Amino acid sequence: MIEAFSYAFIQRAFIVGLLVSLCSSLLGVSLVLRRYSMIGDGLSHVGFGALAVASVLSLPPMAVTIPVVVIAAVLLLRLNAGSRISGDSAIALVAASCLALGVVLISYVKGTNTDINNFLFGSLLAVSRSDMILSVIVSVFVIASYVCLYPRLYAITFDPSFAQASGLKVERYTTLLAVLSALTIVLGMRMLGSLLVSALVIFPCLSAMRIAGSYRAVTLISLADSVVCFILGFWMSYSLGTPAGASIVVVHLCVFLILTLAGRMRERGLFRKAGS
Amino acid sequence: MRLLEARNLTLGYEGQEVVSDIDFTLEEGDYLCIVGDNGAGKSTLVKAILGLIRPMSGSLDFHIGKGGIGYLPQVLQGERNFPTSVWEVALSGAVGKLGRRFFHSTEAKERTRTNLERMGMWELRRRPFQDLSGGQRQRVLLARALVAARSVLLLDEPVAGLDIHSSSELYALIDSLNMEGMTIIMVTHDIHPALNSASHILHLGHECFFGSREAYFASNTGRRYLEEAGHHD
Repeated sequence: MIEAFSYAFIQRAFIVGLLVSLCSSLLGVSLVLRRYSMIGDGLSHVGFGALAVASVLSLPPMAVTIPVVVIAAVLLLRLNAGSRISGDSAIALVAASCLALGVVLISYVKGTNTDINNFLFGSLLAVSRSDMILSVIVSVFVIASYVCLYPRLYAITFDPSFAQASGLKVERYTTLLAVLSALTIVLGMRMLGSLLVSALVIFPCLSAMRIAGSYRAVTLISLADSVVCFILGFWMSYSLGTPAGASIVVVHLCVFLILTLAGRMRERGLFRKAGS
Repeated sequence: MRLLEARNLTLGYEGQEVVSDIDFTLEEGDYLCIVGDNGAGKSTLVKAILGLIRPMSGSLDFHIGKGGIGYLPQVLQGERNFPTSVWEVALSGAVGKLGRRFFHSTEAKERTRTNLERMGMWELRRRPFQDLSGGQRQRVLLARALVAARSVLLLDEPVAGLDIHSSSELYALIDSLNMEGMTIIMVTHDIHPALNSASHILHLGHECFFGSREAYFASNTGRRYLEEAGHHD
């Protein structure tokens, strides 16, 4: 494993993967607890559609995908807030449509090729130098915003009406959350692909919730979980030759199951203590 | 000292009037109960008092500094699986006082501690909020409102969904806060606080009424309300 790091592309893949994992686990806590889990999935599919368009028109992929996904994120979160249409159905609708349009477009113009496969399942090892620089910038921004706004984000996530009554501009923070999620998901798509990137957002928080009793614990355990799962998945991918994205998600699933079991056992244990 | 004054206040959304032409005042130390049927505009008035919506006409004047009102929202219905500790919930009351700071000040933490102790919840501060009983949760949320408030508490249906024992405990707590000088505004379906503790009543509905508790229960509106609530003298 260590000798693998002498290759620049492996170093890049590792740095980008780790940073994206950290960011998405942080944002995941807010998204999952505000019941926006599906947003990650929806945005990644929108991202796929945008990537397809960029690829067909030979435009720079990031320059097209980032603005499209950011706009989609803001619109989807607004939709949820308005809730005149059921948020879940709307997201599923948008997601499936973008995916289908993307596949049709690429197949028609270029024929079925590796592009589709890469977009759907990611190509961590194909991360370029400019991708890496971009993800470092975005990650620093995401992590810094999250840390600095932590008390405010907590208040908004736990009880938006109280937060608003306290004078917080809830809409503004929701938009910020949408933009940060969009950026993170676009970066994550390169690595895990459209189909799997939402796992990075959802899994750490859900795993952490099995065993944590406070918001801070959930945040910290999510962070730790994302790092551990990424490193294990990366190593698994390297040593077994399996695709990186899928390997990471499989590790996440295992950790989730283990923590669910641990949570159950702890509950039982506490129950016995209280009963005796 | 006068804290709040509404004159010919009309509230509504998108041109639709919900509350028309009401007058009321709130003095320091008052215990104001806002009663009325569903759809009479109680929640709309709450939003106006919180400054979330503007009057369509008339005036609502505040003589309370920014962040002076501590708000206890209606009980969130349904199962909520939100991982958070009692301490975190209460501390979030200070979020309106962050100003330009990123994190809560030591003073905010002190206030949180004092108010959790006042509500008898300090020992449970590390417990997950979702594991508490309904009455305990309301006390934690009341502590949060107290962390936020300097002078006025706005309580929106504080006992909804609580059993009789927890409700009367919560009412006793609110009464004692009022005795200590906290001004209380309570929106309620429950006749008991209006009957027992309120100093003033604001009745919203077809015929609005504002006045002292004695005047209200002597009025036609008040007597009809009492009868509907099943209280007969």
